[in-house]
Amino acid sequence: MSGPLHAPRMGPIELLWDAVRSDRRALSGAIILAVFLAVAVFGPHIVGDATALVGIPLQPPSWEHWLGTNGQGQDVFAQLVVGTRVSLAIGFTVGLLVVLVGALVGVPAGYFGGKVDGALSGLANVFLVLPGLPLAIVIAAYLPSGPVTLGLVLVVTGWAWNARVLRSQALALRRRDFVAAARVSGESRLRILAVEVLPNMTSVIVAQVIGSTVYAIGAQVGLEFLGLGDVSAVTWGTNLYWAQNDSALLTGAWWTFAPTGLCVALVGFALTQLNAGFDEITNPRLRLERAWRTFLGDRGRGVERSTPVVRDHD
Amino acid sequence: MTEPLLSVRDLCVDYVTPQGPVRAVDRVSFDLQPGEILGLAGESGSGKSTLAQALLRILPPPAVIRGGEVRFEGRDLLSLEETELRRVRWSRISMVFQSAMDALNPVLKVGAQIVDTLQAHTDLGTDRARERAAELLEQVGIPRARLDAYAHQLSGGQRQRVGIALALALEPELVILDEPTTALDVIVEREILQEIRQLQRARRFAVLFITHDLTRMLQFSDRVAILYAGRLAEIGPASVLGSAPRHPYTQGLLRAFPSLHDAPGVVRTSIPGAPPSLASPPAGCRFAPRCAQAMPRCSTTGPALVDIGPGHRVDCRLLD
Amino acid sequence: MNYLLRRLFFYASAAWTAVTLNFFLPRLMPGDPATALFARFSGQMTPEALTAMREALGFTNEPLGRQYLTYLQHVLRGDLGISISKFPSPVVDVIGEGLRWTLFLAGTGVVLSFVIGSLLGVIAAWWRRGWVDQWLPSVFSFIGAFPYFWLAMFALWWFGFTLGWFPLGHAYADDTVPGWTLEFVADVLRHAALPLATVVLATLGGWLLTMRNAMITVLGSDHVNLARAKGLEPRSVMLRYAARNALLPSITGFGMALGYVLGGSLLTEVVFSYPGQGYLLVQAVRSQDYPLMQGIFLFITLAVLAANWLVDLATWWLDARTRESAS
Repeated sequence: MSGPLHAPRMGPIELLWDAVRSDRRALSGAIILAVFLAVAVFGPHIVGDATALVGIPLQPPSWEHWLGTNGQGQDVFAQLVVGTRVSLAIGFTVGLLVVLVGALVGVPAGYFGGKVDGALSGLANVFLVLPGLPLAIVIAAYLPSGPVTLGLVLVVTGWAWNARVLRSQALALRRRDFVAAARVSGESRLRILAVEVLPNMTSVIVAQVIGSTVYAIGAQVGLEFLGLGDVSAVTWGTNLYWAQNDSALLTGAWWTFAPTGLCVALVGFALTQLNAGFDEITNPRLRLERAWRTFLGDRGRGVERSTPVVRDHD
Repeated sequence: MTEPLLSVRDLCVDYVTPQGPVRAVDRVSFDLQPGEILGLAGESGSGKSTLAQALLRILPPPAVIRGGEVRFEGRDLLSLEETELRRVRWSRISMVFQSAMDALNPVLKVGAQIVDTLQAHTDLGTDRARERAAELLEQVGIPRARLDAYAHQLSGGQRQRVGIALALALEPELVILDEPTTALDVIVEREILQEIRQLQRARRFAVLFITHDLTRMLQFSDRVAILYAGRLAEIGPASVLGSAPRHPYTQGLLRAFPSLHDAPGVVRTSIPGAPPSLASPPAGCRFAPRCAQAMPRCSTTGPALVDIGPGHRVDCRLLD
Repeated sequence: MNYLLRRLFFYASAAWTAVTLNFFLPRLMPGDPATALFARFSGQMTPEALTAMREALGFTNEPLGRQYLTYLQHVLRGDLGISISKFPSPVVDVIGEGLRWTLFLAGTGVVLSFVIGSLLGVIAAWWRRGWVDQWLPSVFSFIGAFPYFWLAMFALWWFGFTLGWFPLGHAYADDTVPGWTLEFVADVLRHAALPLATVVLATLGGWLLTMRNAMITVLGSDHVNLARAKGLEPRSVMLRYAARNALLPSITGFGMALGYVLGGSLLTEVVFSYPGQGYLLVQAVRSQDYPLMQGIFLFITLAVLAANWLVDLATWWLDARTRESAS
């Protein structure tokens, strides 16, 4: 191995675990996510059929129906729980796919450079500049509604950003000494890509997957809200679609849309917090500053403009 | 003997890292007389720049000054309030940074950066300030038309000259030169050093000249200090250190650096080994592992400061 | 100048991509939209009108290549076809009606969000004292995690329905007369308050974080150190040295963020029944008015591309280095 130029190679799971252990934000994010995952996996079994008509429409929360009933007379809590599974599943899947496509375009662009870079970057930039939501709406309008269409549309509109980020990372790594050393020693470019470059991009890729999942969940809910998903399915987005359609707001039935939105926000927030904590341990500059701030904080000193003077006996 | 302009006593600077504090400057003491040129030499990572920036307290995080005293014109800079410090900065002590490309703001015109300094410390109006800025540029050999240029439009040498003009703008008593010519080619380097010397002779400001080029420093300075792994190894008159250094490290440095006056066939020898990691420095004297003349107690009880002549001090057990 | 021309060429390529997508998408769809429409309108339209509509949509019996060229010609002429749901209004007319409202909402929203967010970002980075830096990004992170339109729904319910402070939808009340009167302007502002607040609040966090992170990087740089060493006043250091340099990444990202903000404002329009492009687009989709839908998509896309180019112009002006680098 090439010595001090390599960061210790940790797999993505180990890195995440490290982040969760050492950073409070990452920990809080992970806990929230765990709760939602549990709901997604076990919830539907406990709650039963969410589409059953169980009561008078638009009833406020009560002991019988914890979150009341929606415009059709279905139990809102049940709808929320059942919807969790589909929404999270699509979210994570699309998040991974988007990074995969982005990597397929971005990494070769950054690593090989030249004409390859020109063509691939051009493609990514075009998709980056085209406004995502209108494009998504137009594509989804022509295709039959359902999770596959939704997934396709989200990937088409979301891959370009990842391509750009991964490209610049690959570009930076290409210029590093250990890559030059490998080339000089005769390793093939493809092998270098697989063995030297990609493993060093682990932390970036993990961060991108988390970020893309946030995007995927949000965008999915948005499209379903507009009625472009399968409106007969039970997901967070379609719940909101029906809430809007049944004029919930104009009758004051906040329970039909508020909890769903809160769940989307919590999951998004949890993922972002996880990412923030992750960034703290992988970004060397931030790590350095943290130790310094803790040092000052322990001695009751705040952050000052000039270099602080903290005498030994303090 | 006159009151020293700058009197540093037992200065300690740490960098607080996740792995623990790293002492970059360890109990460094020296004096600087008014109008004197003191050279500060050392390898990369020896703590030269840290020391220089610590004097003005402009070290970025995660640096912390852990102890000592920096008496300038009778006041301890380490105990000054922020506003007081700002008044001292630049008007009494200024600095020329190593790479002026990075030091000059890329989105502002060069002239504007001189003007704002002038206006921050004096009550010159904009026109008068611009006029003064033009004069300063001409003094360092840059035509006044360049006032409206951006940093990237100037050559390396020109940018460094702008840095010097900036440093002299408020006619300070002390100018710190932090590797002012490292990024330049030899010819430009020579010109710039000559210009600085001329200006110094005319204005009589003190200079703290930091470099890793020992030969240059010996030519340029009145007195010279050698820094190794954060500690002051030797300090004394340039002529004495250039001919008869007493610290093994200084001796090693002199053997490693070329001199135009060497007899042909003189062999250059470098000092074996590498500087220690400051995160886990060796016990006792930090140079002991590389020192050909090391004694057993060098690694246990560490070095001792010994005065061996007027203004000549060595941090070494050999002379005890 | 070179730089600007290169960017122009890029936007032209992007525009061409959008137009081409617009052409091919309906033809890729399972089943032919013309047939679908035919089925829908067969009881209400004469065969001649139907053929005319088919042709207007570009579905002639000519080879694909010819159809494409005809379509391109139409687009370049500004002819985006005839709307089906608002037959016989041309698509461009329908778009024109909704244009001003989207411009107003999205335009004002983006500007306000950018200015407020960046300013807060500068302050958060400069102040880095405990709670401001610790909690502000997290708070905005949380608010920004809510779907745009959900914030709109919430605002509508709380401020509109429950508190009754603001109207429940539309751009202006039915009984006010449009015109440059104080009464009308006040009415428009009242109706715009909630949608605008939603758009700004939801996107604020992004600008804040970008600016804050850029500031932190810049604050560690040599020229800020020099500015400090020069004894300049902190506010001057913060604004002229740090912020001006830190602004550049925000501006570069502005173009991309425009598309994102626009998307959100479209959804907000739907919630508030605000008669802008977004609202029209969704109506078009629901009534299967393909010409209108495509027309709006094309129009929005071209507008975003134009805005991006303007941002590039601003970057070119602000950062002297881009002016040099191309030459």
